[in-house]
Amino acid sequence: MTQWSGYFGLIMQGALVTIELTLMGSVLALVMAFLAGMGRLSRFFVLRALATAYIEFFRGTSIFVQLFFAYFVLPLVGFELTPLQAGVLALGLNVGAYAAEVVRGAVQSIGREQHEACIALNLGRWQGMRHVILPQAFLVMLPTFGNNAIELLKATSVVSLISLADLTFQAQVVRAQTGNTMVPFTTILVIYFILALLISWGVRSLERRMARGLDGVRV
Amino acid sequence: MDWDWNFVWEIMPTLIQGVKITILATLLGSVLAAIVGLGIALARRSPNKALSRGVGWVAEFIRGTPLLVQLYFIFYVLPDIGILLPPLVAGAIGLGLHYGTYTAEVYRAGIDNVPRGQWEAAKACNLSARQTWSHIIIPQAIPPMIPALANYFIAMFKETPLLSAITVLELMNQAKSVANTYYRYLEPITLVGAFFLAISLISVVLLRWLERRYGKIER
Repeated sequence: MTQWSGYFGLIMQGALVTIELTLMGSVLALVMAFLAGMGRLSRFFVLRALATAYIEFFRGTSIFVQLFFAYFVLPLVGFELTPLQAGVLALGLNVGAYAAEVVRGAVQSIGREQHEACIALNLGRWQGMRHVILPQAFLVMLPTFGNNAIELLKATSVVSLISLADLTFQAQVVRAQTGNTMVPFTTILVIYFILALLISWGVRSLERRMARGLDGVRV
Repeated sequence: MDWDWNFVWEIMPTLIQGVKITILATLLGSVLAAIVGLGIALARRSPNKALSRGVGWVAEFIRGTPLLVQLYFIFYVLPDIGILLPPLVAGAIGLGLHYGTYTAEVYRAGIDNVPRGQWEAAKACNLSARQTWSHIIIPQAIPPMIPALANYFIAMFKETPLLSAITVLELMNQAKSVANTYYRYLEPITLVGAFFLAISLISVVLLRWLERRYGKIER
């Protein structure tokens, strides 16, 4: 009989790495999403072009290829990255590109009258964005951001292929050491699913919280 | 490290071998996803509560866990219970099942969008359930779904590099193997990226055309 408790500890270590990657990747994705999303709405052609190029490039190529590019090709031009850095970079930039379109769509979905109200109150472009448009748009973005975060969580499994010891990697280790495939892989599938449920639950409760102050503003 | 065109031409035939397998895997996966998705969508509408709930949960689980782990599961766990699949078949099944849970949502939305009056008219004409589906509902539900389905097939195409993890000799795997043979990562990985980007940009044009041809669809 195999001693499962030790192996379970190994898988839990992997779960920590996966959670760490998901959190760091999400932060980077969020930053990129707002930068690129706002860039696409900019008055300046250069910013719009840059943002569009970024979004099309990262949505157009596979996350797997981007990760390999970050890990194997960037060192050749002088960027030495640890597997964790490469993973966070690729995941954040990839999911950020998808989320940027969400930001753009949400900002555009805010009614014209809100923009007009900003002008009537003599708010600057940035002030209007910061105090009027974004607080409302953010609520529209949240559910889709939740889905994006789950996509990011699922994409983290790919980093196991650049030797980062996440859940999937540890499951492979356990499989190699015990010769048992069913138990480790079923365990990590369940753990991934629980993490995905946690994300969607977290986003839903955040949504409720954010919506509280906007009673009567939104229909 | 500098870009070397001679090396590019030297490895091109190997990469083209990989492209063929990549496209084959995408086609097989797409067909399977289209069928599995329809099956899930129909099962979820079934009056049998146990069936619809059960299928719903399984679909939710598959959607909440990473494709890579599912591929490992199919490729490494199924042989334990006596099902030995060739890598490409295992890969196509993995892609088909995973994306089938996404296309199921597209089918669901498409079927829900068929106006109530059509169902009532079918009943008034005394059509059986089978006739209603095959002659009234499906022919009207399918065309508006086509752009959304194509969108998922393109997404699936971008996920095919994952198949290299279960030893399918698709584009990414061929690129990795030439990179490991010659210790040059720059050209192979960049070419893979460029290939995926080119196909995605072409498919964006194709999608626009499909959207025009088959009318607008709510996302």
